[in-house]
Amino acid sequence: MNTKVIETTVGLFVVFGFAAFFMLAMNVSNLITYESSEGYQVHARFDNIGGLKVRSPVAVGGVRIGKVAAIAYDNEAYEAVVTLEIEPKYNKFPTDTSAGILTAGLLGEQYVGLEPGAEEEYLKSGDEITVTQSAIVLEEIIGQFLYSKADEK
Amino acid sequence: MSFSRGSRKIFDDISLDIPRGKVTAIMGPSGTGKTTLLKLIGGQLRPEQGTIKMDNNDVHQLSRKDLYQLRKRMGMLFQSGALLTDINVFDNIAYPLREHTDLDESMIRSLVLMKLNAVGLRGARDLMPSELSGGMSRRVALARAIALDPVMVMYDEPFTGQDPISMGVLVNLIHRMNQHLHLSSIVVSHDVPETMSISDYIYLISGGKIVAQGTPDDLKNSNDPWVQQFIAGEADGPVPFHFPAEPVMQDLLS
Amino acid sequence: MIKNIQLLGQKLIATVARLGQASVFLYHILLTMPGVLIRPKLIIKQLYSTGVQTLIIILVAGTFVGMVLALQAYYVLVDFGAEDSISQMVVLSLMRELGPVITGLLFAGRAGSALTAEIGLMKSTEQLSGMEMMAIDPMQRVMAPRILAGFLAMPLLTAIFMAVGVLGGYLVAVHGVGIYEGVYWSLAQTKVDFYTDLMNGMIKSVVFGLVIVWIAVFEGHDSVPTSEGLGQATTRTVVHGSLAVLGLDFLLTALMFGDI
Repeated sequence: MNTKVIETTVGLFVVFGFAAFFMLAMNVSNLITYESSEGYQVHARFDNIGGLKVRSPVAVGGVRIGKVAAIAYDNEAYEAVVTLEIEPKYNKFPTDTSAGILTAGLLGEQYVGLEPGAEEEYLKSGDEITVTQSAIVLEEIIGQFLYSKADEK
Repeated sequence: MSFSRGSRKIFDDISLDIPRGKVTAIMGPSGTGKTTLLKLIGGQLRPEQGTIKMDNNDVHQLSRKDLYQLRKRMGMLFQSGALLTDINVFDNIAYPLREHTDLDESMIRSLVLMKLNAVGLRGARDLMPSELSGGMSRRVALARAIALDPVMVMYDEPFTGQDPISMGVLVNLIHRMNQHLHLSSIVVSHDVPETMSISDYIYLISGGKIVAQGTPDDLKNSNDPWVQQFIAGEADGPVPFHFPAEPVMQDLLS
Repeated sequence: MIKNIQLLGQKLIATVARLGQASVFLYHILLTMPGVLIRPKLIIKQLYSTGVQTLIIILVAGTFVGMVLALQAYYVLVDFGAEDSISQMVVLSLMRELGPVITGLLFAGRAGSALTAEIGLMKSTEQLSGMEMMAIDPMQRVMAPRILAGFLAMPLLTAIFMAVGVLGGYLVAVHGVGIYEGVYWSLAQTKVDFYTDLMNGMIKSVVFGLVIVWIAVFEGHDSVPTSEGLGQATTRTVVHGSLAVLGLDFLLTALMFGDI
């Protein structure tokens, strides 16, 4: 085994390794969706955020337009404050747009769904979405169902 | 100096002087730690007590860097040759030259070929160590040991297991190297006739102590029965033939 | 009874002492690093023997693991009508756990044992002593390049394992079981997070690589220079290396994925 052959093979090996890594990074992970990360931020308050997490998607009509940047709790108003980061190209949301916490599929992950309103002014960075719908908590629904059933009797 | 391994005292307060420019032999029965002595001189092992000085440098007080500098002036021939098995003969001898000098390849080539020529193996330069016979490996190792033109060369059992011709070649080489290159040589061996034929001074070590020392003639004429047994290679004498046991008749009849 | 406890205690102390020995050993090797980095030829040669020669087994193992994963995932998921999630399961399992761990185990077995045997043989034929007497530091020339090569080779091998695993899973899912190709890749893309999944897997592989070569080189250096001693040393490398991989995997998983 002379040096030339060894060096070439090692070179190929390293290239192969990096190629595998890039293939994984690009095709098999959500790296691409990280590229657009300089969006504008908007706040929304909820009573219950359910299973929402940081980096959960923000979608309109099923199309992902941003992500949840931060989740905090307001101790004074006893509400959850969710910071949404929306991609800069989607900047035409009326100020009365509503935000709800929905579930993708039946048992899927939770995301923030926006429903555009009718106002003429648009949401800017730092604005707050005032119309919100908290997450549906399964236990409450079951509880409601059971109580309503009990009432019927 | 003294040196122990675990609880066993290998060397018990011995003193040796290796004169410059001469061949000094260290002989003794197997297992007395002759290889250990070479390692102590080379700084690979540390004595418990005492000092080892080469050229007025206390070997074990030197910093790591200085020790490495000192080692460049020593050459060592290991019992098995200790050639690097993944490179060929030429590269083995060129190894210390490439590592420790800034000489360009053409100079290195000339030097390597000269060293190989001195041991008579210039034609074997492209062989791999696994393709060499025992005697040839040792000659290559010798060429490597003198690659940096050391002032002192240590030979660890150079004659062991060699056929008469290889033996003769090695004996001849060691003697000539010492003369022509003005080396100080330390030969550790228990091959009596060969060693005595080229040594200027001999130390006999046994049981961790120096049992006898002198020129070859001194030892041949010595009155010490142990020395006589060793030199003549007699089966029985101060070192008994029988391992300690009961008398024969008692053992057979019980 | 007391004697057994004594023995246990002694063994424990011996193990800790050995760990200390190995740490000092590693420290000495790391000290020589600057000198090694300027000699890339040594590293390249070692990359060849640890990395390239492990490639084939990684490729084969990766493909098969990916394929089996997809198959087994399908059989379970189809009961929930969730067979479309096959790619998610295959990719996540590969990236988070199977990739680093299986590559690590294979690496310990193949490259680790070869390293130990090589160094042990160099020790028994006095090549290491010989180098020292030629004023060449075997730590720098022999040990350090091998440690560096293992450190670099493992993540590359792991990435390759993951990639062929995903492709193997794709083969089974799309061409074997009938999942839609688009579904396979798009679900993989959305459900797999670059940082938490891929990068964590790579970090694991780097840690495993370092630990495996550390053990391999130390056992070789410390081996008894007889044929029996060499056999014991290689066994220890494979066993300790594999156990270390599995143990560290648990630790790292708990650290990395603990709050998900």
